[in-house]
Amino acid sequence: MSPYWASLAGGALIGLSVGAMLIFHGRIAGVSGLVAGLGTDRGERRWVDSAFVAGLMLGPPAFAGLSGAWPEMRIVASVPVLIVAGLLVGFGTRLGSGCTSGHGVAGLARLSPRSIVAVFTFVAAGMLTVALVRLAAA
Amino acid sequence: MAPLRILAALGLGLMFGLGLALSGMLDPARVRGFLDVGGAWDPSLVFVLGGAVTVSALGYQFVRRLSKPALAESFEIPTNRRIDETLIGGSALFGVGWGLSGFCPGPAVAALSTGALPVAVFVAAMLVGMAAHRVFARRMADTGIGARIP
Repeated sequence: MSPYWASLAGGALIGLSVGAMLIFHGRIAGVSGLVAGLGTDRGERRWVDSAFVAGLMLGPPAFAGLSGAWPEMRIVASVPVLIVAGLLVGFGTRLGSGCTSGHGVAGLARLSPRSIVAVFTFVAAGMLTVALVRLAAA
Repeated sequence: MAPLRILAALGLGLMFGLGLALSGMLDPARVRGFLDVGGAWDPSLVFVLGGAVTVSALGYQFVRRLSKPALAESFEIPTNRRIDETLIGGSALFGVGWGLSGFCPGPAVAALSTGALPVAVFVAAMLVGMAAHRVFARRMADTGIGARIP
């Protein structure tokens, strides 16, 4: 199977999850928002957030059980770079009200103008960063 | 209803995580391959996003005909249409972090279960970044500068 078919099928599963979260819970399944909600939400909402995040973490072992192999993960960034990147991703996704799932999947599906601008911005910033890293390493 | 809502969220999270694992997006090298337009460009992420947006758009069209969600009392769909410096600035900071690491929140949190230490380091830093934003947002609200419109 071409890796792109797997990407398309995996994407469809992600879309099904985001769509069903809207239909069942009336909520946008944005991972940065749900994770941040673990610290701020109270009562049942916190349980819903926690359950979604727990399910998310069960994904890779479930995939390993079904396919017989853990998903490939090649992490090239050093620990200091990962720390800086993590701080930027955490702060940035909250300031910008979303990440690849909330803006990228749910927002684009709704044709939200804010999400279209957000996706354009983070993809452009990501591409520029990778280009600069490449330039600095050369 | 509460146990059903919690159970449904667990199932939908699992579906999301399985989708991420199948899509190849748990691999930061492939994500960075998509962002690396000057190198050996990897279009995988376009297929993932294409599949995800198409299916969730169908879900959204269905939702628009519902008066309320199947398991909840009301919809919580953002109505803010303001395109401002917080949206663009925040998204730009996120993009830089995404480019540096190849991780965004979904894959990073899902990959915690692989037990890879670098993933835990990234997620810990991400949580600190989120907490820092809470402090920052409160300060801004106190001074009245850049107060967020809900």
